[in-house]
Amino acid sequence: MTTTEHVYLYGTCTIDLFFPEAGIDAITLLEQYNIKAHFPPEQTCCGQPAYTSGYPQQAQQVALTQIAAFPENWPIVVLSGSCAGMMKHHYTHLFPDNHPQSIQAHRFSQRIVEFSEFLYHHLKITLTDYGQPVHAALHTACSARREMDTLQCSQQLLSQLHNVSVVSPAHEEECCGFGGTFSVKFTEISGAMVNDKCKALEATNIQHLISTDCACLLNINGCLAKRQKTPLQGEHLASFLRQRCQPRKP
Amino acid sequence: MPSSPFEMKASSVLQNEELQHSYRNAMDYLIKRRQQQFNDPLEWQTLRQKGTSIKTAALNDLPQLLLQLEAKLINNGIQVHWAETPDEANILITRLIKETTSSNPDLSPAPVVKGKTMVSEEIHLNQYLAQQGIPCLETDMGEFIVQLAKETPSHIIMPAIHKNKAEIAQLFKEHISGIYQDDVDILIQQARQYLRQCFENATVGISGVNFAVAETGTLVLVENEGNGRMSTTLPQTHIALMGIEKVIASLTDLPPLLSLLTRSATGQSITTYINMISGPRRKGEKDGPEKVHVILLDNGRSKLWQDASLRDTLRCIRCGACMNHCPVYSRVGGHSYGTTYPGPIGKILAPQLETQDNAADLPFASSLCGACGEVCPVNIPIPQLLLRWRQEATQQYQTNHCNHTTIPQQPTPITGLKYSRGQHLIWKTWSWINCHPKLYYFMTYLVTKWRILLPRQLGGWTLYRTPPRPASSTLHQRLKNK
Ligand code: SF4
Repeated sequence: MTTTEHVYLYGTCTIDLFFPEAGIDAITLLEQYNIKAHFPPEQTCCGQPAYTSGYPQQAQQVALTQIAAFPENWPIVVLSGSCAGMMKHHYTHLFPDNHPQSIQAHRFSQRIVEFSEFLYHHLKITLTDYGQPVHAALHTACSARREMDTLQCSQQLLSQLHNVSVVSPAHEEECCGFGGTFSVKFTEISGAMVNDKCKALEATNIQHLISTDCACLLNINGCLAKRQKTPLQGEHLASFLRQRCQPRKP
Repeated sequence: MPSSPFEMKASSVLQNEELQHSYRNAMDYLIKRRQQQFNDPLEWQTLRQKGTSIKTAALNDLPQLLLQLEAKLINNGIQVHWAETPDEANILITRLIKETTSSNPDLSPAPVVKGKTMVSEEIHLNQYLAQQGIPCLETDMGEFIVQLAKETPSHIIMPAIHKNKAEIAQLFKEHISGIYQDDVDILIQQARQYLRQCFENATVGISGVNFAVAETGTLVLVENEGNGRMSTTLPQTHIALMGIEKVIASLTDLPPLLSLLTRSATGQSITTYINMISGPRRKGEKDGPEKVHVILLDNGRSKLWQDASLRDTLRCIRCGACMNHCPVYSRVGGHSYGTTYPGPIGKILAPQLETQDNAADLPFASSLCGACGEVCPVNIPIPQLLLRWRQEATQQYQTNHCNHTTIPQQPTPITGLKYSRGQHLIWKTWSWINCHPKLYYFMTYLVTKWRILLPRQLGGWTLYRTPPRPASSTLHQRLKNK
């Protein structure tokens, strides 16, 4: 590839506040493959928290702000399956056909690509692993697994790393219990879910926990740290790939 | 801290380690059984698509099909009754039972026998009949156990899934044998012998209906224990109770739906019994009831039907797969919900079918993980419908309290609202911040700058996790000058 391709990066508010390095890593990684990722400063939250709490009007206002923040017709690479799911699949519910902005919203939704999907399907990336042999588990957020259907993308990307053995913890496909306001409103149930998730992770021999969703990681990392059974802390796929695929200086 | 009845009950189940363990094991078992049935993704998708379109078409044609069903049933000699509310259904059933028993004064009064029917739970039939002095005996093994324990089913397919062997043995000792023993095979034999006597004496049998075929006027009932067949053939009168959404157009619609139902529910290719009832005993026939009645119950279903998206709820064939796969159900168990139908399907039925105070709370008790929607054999978009009910709950608050003229009055009232002005304000403020990128930048900047000052305890969150720790600077800040 000789020409530089332009994309937008949608960082998500969780990454913005809690995992900013994942955003930097994504940009750096994309640069290695000749992709210029633009980060419009006008981006805020995708609107999901209000939407899932039963406040579609408030979510709609916020959605309009996002739509306005990405003017060029470039793909919008999203660093979270759940925010990507919101923008790709739920903006259509927020802007039904009779809504004045429905066409705009629809076009916006079509430009949404989840990060692992972008690397695997659009970029058809071939990764070279420069890292030491490790064991890792992939936590796919429920929306990446069931809504965006991008589970295979992250699995395939990890399988290209020849020194990374991917381990499946028990009940791997089960939700970590975050669910946005669910974790605040139904603390005991959410707590039981994330505890079980952590127990399953602790029962493996992994050194790395990788996810494409930092909201899940906020939940799981917090619980892992509270339980103090392992120093394990999850990281975004972008960060993991950047570490593994950078040639070591001799 | 737990505030709603749902959370309070959930909390006690969560603290019961034994119950946690047995729920988890039972659900894992059912999940595995189902997976083995649907290990060919293409076959699953094709069949699911087929089942979905059959049910969708039947619902779109519901008024017509119901009339056709009624005509065919009558043609077959089956008496048809319509009930709009649980009360109407209960009164009707009582009348039909009394008609049968009073026409047989020489027969000693025996309990009514009942095969498994969730609709009868929905209308609280047993309690109603008891008030009328009519004993009604559950004959499905799980339902029988639940009845002995004076409880309600905790699962729509496995009603006694919350009971362990010792508890069942104790119940049988108290009510049947007088001796404690916990050999499962012997327990089953004891119950069977007990039930068999009751079947022989019963004059009225009540059952549910899994599918009602409009084209032929056939009532289809699936089961594994034979109690359904006994309840519908031995007594003089058979009363079948069904929700109006159970009607399907033709007999050819049946095989795909049966396959989806039994494979999703128990991981069986087919159930031991499939009863197809097309009328009372005819001349020259050796068995079968003399009279068959069907009660078609609405109880809120027609309201769901009127709404284009809520109508999807009525496709449900009650397989229970959504609860088996639900991370909330498998932890809090069926009774926490306080509704007839627990789990994901219960959450989207309850606001319309139930009068419980926490019905409005239930659609919020989900992480929206989507596991339910993924396995539903008739593709009901359960997560999307949960969202819809959340909106109903909050918008109803807004309509009632904020005099918001742009929001249409909702057709479907739900009870137990506790959405306050406070919540409403929070989301307004949140929206305002996120609609003003500069303000958003400033606020997130403040959070990172003052992160040391953030509280160490954050309600329930920090009971299970360390407090979330903001980074030293946001991604926005880091990329500002790039
Ligand atoms: S909603 Fe779907 S999965 Fe749940 S009981 Fe009904 S048919 Fe089965």
